Amino acid sequence: MENPTDRKYSKEHEWAKLEGDIVVCGITDFAQSQLTDIVFVELPEKGKQIEKGKQAGVVESVKSVSDIFVPVGGEIVEVNEEIVNNPDIINKTPFNEGWMFKIKVKDKAELDSLMSAEEYTNMTKEDKH
Amino acid sequence: MNFIPNTKEDKELMLKEIGISNVDELFRDIPEELILKDQLKIPKPMSELELKKHLENIAGKNKLQKNFIGAGAYNHFIPSVVPHIISRSEFYTAYTPYQPEISQGILQAIYEYQTMICELTGMDMTNASMYDGASALAETCIMAANITRRNQILLSKTIHPEYIETVKTYAHFHNIELIEVDFENGTTDINKIKELISDKTAAIFIQNPNFFGCIEDLKTISNLAHEKKALLVTCVTEPASLALIKSPGELGADIVAGEGQSFGNPLNFGGPYLGIIAAKKEYMRYVPGRLVGLTKDTNGKEGFVLTLQAREQHIRREKASSNICSNQALCALAATVHLATLGKQGLKQVSELCLQKSHYLHNQLKENGCQTPFTQPFFNEFVIRLDNFEKTIGELERNNISVLKLEKFYPELKDSILICTTELNSREDIDELIEVIKKCN
Amino acid sequence: MQLIFEKSKPGRLGTTLPELDTPKQDNLIPEEFLRKDNNLPELSEVDIVRHFTNLSKKNFGVDNGFYPLGSCTMKYNPKVNEDTAKLQNFTNIHPYNPNNQGSLQLMFELERMLSEITGMAQFTLQPAAGAHGELTGLMIIKKYFEDKEEKRTKIIVPDSSHGTNPATASMANYETITIKSNEKGMVNLEELKEHMTKDVAALMLTNPNTLGLFEENILEITKIVHDKGGLVYCDGANMNAILGITKPGDMGIDVIHLNLHKSFSTPHGCGGPGSGPVGVSEQLAKFLPTPIIEKDNNNYTLNYKKGSSIGRIKAFYGNFNVMIKAYTYIRAIGASGLKEVAQIAVLNANYMKEKLKPHFHLPYDILCKHEFVLSDKDMPNHVTTGDIAKRLLDYNFHPPTVYFPLIVPGAIMIEPTETEPKEMLDKFIETLIKIKEEAKNSPDLVKNAPQTTPVTRLDAVAAARNPELRYNCNI
Repeated sequence: MENPTDRKYSKEHEWAKLEGDIVVCGITDFAQSQLTDIVFVELPEKGKQIEKGKQAGVVESVKSVSDIFVPVGGEIVEVNEEIVNNPDIINKTPFNEGWMFKIKVKDKAELDSLMSAEEYTNMTKEDKH
Repeated sequence: MNFIPNTKEDKELMLKEIGISNVDELFRDIPEELILKDQLKIPKPMSELELKKHLENIAGKNKLQKNFIGAGAYNHFIPSVVPHIISRSEFYTAYTPYQPEISQGILQAIYEYQTMICELTGMDMTNASMYDGASALAETCIMAANITRRNQILLSKTIHPEYIETVKTYAHFHNIELIEVDFENGTTDINKIKELISDKTAAIFIQNPNFFGCIEDLKTISNLAHEKKALLVTCVTEPASLALIKSPGELGADIVAGEGQSFGNPLNFGGPYLGIIAAKKEYMRYVPGRLVGLTKDTNGKEGFVLTLQAREQHIRREKASSNICSNQALCALAATVHLATLGKQGLKQVSELCLQKSHYLHNQLKENGCQTPFTQPFFNEFVIRLDNFEKTIGELERNNISVLKLEKFYPELKDSILICTTELNSREDIDELIEVIKKCN
Repeated sequence: MQLIFEKSKPGRLGTTLPELDTPKQDNLIPEEFLRKDNNLPELSEVDIVRHFTNLSKKNFGVDNGFYPLGSCTMKYNPKVNEDTAKLQNFTNIHPYNPNNQGSLQLMFELERMLSEITGMAQFTLQPAAGAHGELTGLMIIKKYFEDKEEKRTKIIVPDSSHGTNPATASMANYETITIKSNEKGMVNLEELKEHMTKDVAALMLTNPNTLGLFEENILEITKIVHDKGGLVYCDGANMNAILGITKPGDMGIDVIHLNLHKSFSTPHGCGGPGSGPVGVSEQLAKFLPTPIIEKDNNNYTLNYKKGSSIGRIKAFYGNFNVMIKAYTYIRAIGASGLKEVAQIAVLNANYMKEKLKPHFHLPYDILCKHEFVLSDKDMPNHVTTGDIAKRLLDYNFHPPTVYFPLIVPGAIMIEPTETEPKEMLDKFIETLIKIKEEAKNSPDLVKNAPQTTPVTRLDAVAAARNPELRYNCNI
């Protein structure tokens, strides 16, 4: 799967797509393929204020459990209930239906420090993990 | 005697294949100064005959007595079926069922064990065992802290003192604040709980029946906990009580930690025992240790696997909810066979015998002038104060009767003993105990 | 496959109990706390015995066949251990019964022998398992620094470490720093020097390491750590390779845990009970858990004085029944036997390595100790380590440890132990080579394995997505 160019990427394999005041977040295709079949997702609470880089939730597969961090700081305004009941949606469509939560971003400038699709693609090519 | 099949010939053939001339060369990767020049100062080998005699000799220096001690280790009847089943070498010489296809035996047995423990404790799920009740309770501290994101625990002083010590050790190294709650008339002082509980409290820890054998008011305590969004963690050291006392789940517990030794595991001078952690289903992913789950194979046939292993140390590493690797699987198997053999009726009977005998003994001692410092209802253990403490203890020892002096645990109860009866204490032995105490009073 | 609950029939009895021989009293438990019933099954003895006997036949232990599970030391479990552990005076004694000289003597002598074998000053026998011992060890290390009023927050582990190591560090509230191994698979001295600061409490390592290699720079490693005031923790899981050959105490190890269910032949019991005694250097002995067993003339006592001890890590004294088996084993084989164990364990491993290396990728082609690691790197037709493991089941072998250590992708860790005859090693080697042929010519056989076991590959994903952890007895 190609990394869509309409959004930014973090070192922890999350994507952040700006839609007005809201940033939609999820994990990348690279991340889901490393995790393999996802069995459980724990999402942050709606209304929670959270700083950039802090842990927001957990995604668990048979092979491993990984923390999800927020790529930008702000307030969690919506979480994707669908993936809680059917975590395999994340494996199938990590960039669309597999979105995880939406943040009302506090400081849009934080997006600038994230990577572009090209930069992220290069990073994953070097990353042996 | 050694257990190495390879002969001199085998070894020579193998050395040749590797291209070296003697076994010492196999250790050339170890720095010369570290290679031992002398033999270990360990006694020389023994033949099986000599070995058995030697161990019998050592064992002979223990003296079994008429046992009236409980205090976290209970002398129960174990049906013959139990040791026969756990002596089957396909069970005891196997390792953890990481290859489920050839481990369906133990996996199914543990699934059945998990079911039985849930039934008895009133919880939705339990794990495949912890080391013992004390360490299980200690790990529950960490669990409670993780679930509530608070790190203060209220701990009743009626919990087994060695369990409290263990909890203190774990809590200290994990930065958890412990506040001990006093007791009144042998049970946790509810007013003290009301005083001490706050929004910082992660959980209240109560043992039921408690160390003194008394029955705690779990329902009231669970309400107090839940009002403050804290958890009620119940500790059970004598699970035989669960046949006659309402399950912790029914009485409002969120998590149960405990000791399963009473089910099919001998006293064994303190170990191996069987730790239990059971919880409501919303806390499932916080429970440490192994879990066995039901699933299907490629042909659609039902089978069992270890599941939710991603929480465990071998995958999650530093983020694991615990570091536990091996458990007490064979002890859990013994418990499963034991509970299956006793069955619904048998467990009730065992429990009833424990209850009746302890109350007979209690009443007789009271009638013969003994003081019982606590008046709360109890199960199979109770405390009595002895009038002539030293004399009575001496006399009991001379008559080969074991009781537990409370001084080392509760200095304020230094003239008292904790007595336990199980179905194994005959009327004869109980009457003998009564006579001895009566005589010394 | 029927669950025991499905075989239950009301009225069936597995056993009977004596009648109550004291006068019956009513209303002993208050109504609000009284339980009326339970859902345990009801079966007769024959049904119970058949149920569990048939379950045992779906299980595979060392007594069934070869079990080369790397890092677990699945050696043969001597039957004499089982007999000595069944002596009534050992099984039926209450831990608080003061007439315990026999038990205390056994524990004391075992402690002395373990100290001698490892070169440590003193052991505690209280930890119930290796991981429990690790936690105890880290608590001792933490207490040591607390006493010195030195704040150190980190633990260093090599990337090849067993998962319990960093998990234990977290439980003791330490931060873990993972350092990369060098090209030989051993501790990278430069990395260690770089990360070893006054903020690091200890290095946790395994020696021989999880690749089965002896850390050739062990003396320098421990010096680097000690020079910065830190301590060295050794995971003693791999003792089998060095018994009677060298001592961790001589290497500069400050704390070590042993697994009695590994090198000391006590059975694994499907995952437990084990026993994880912890040995320490002289300066750390005062931190050991209480009680300590002491000997005065021929009298043994339990010393409960807390002093600087970390306290208790469980109730009572440890897994005593497991200790009997380890004690019996050490007395059976003696000093000469211990050395022979290491020699043959290492011989068997190197023999297998040499015979397998022409056929499988061997990431570290050097002298190994009691175990070695292969990988699936050159396997044809995308056959993986997991597939090979499953195909071995069809040949009645327990597979080696797979996918560990993490630093070798597709790792296959083989530990034969010393209790296997040469013919068994040859048979296993032959079988692995055969499986490689199958991978080349009929890969489906391997990828769809196992086919001859009671169940085929199980759906672990479904089990984790919708965990079903118990039967519903109310049906």
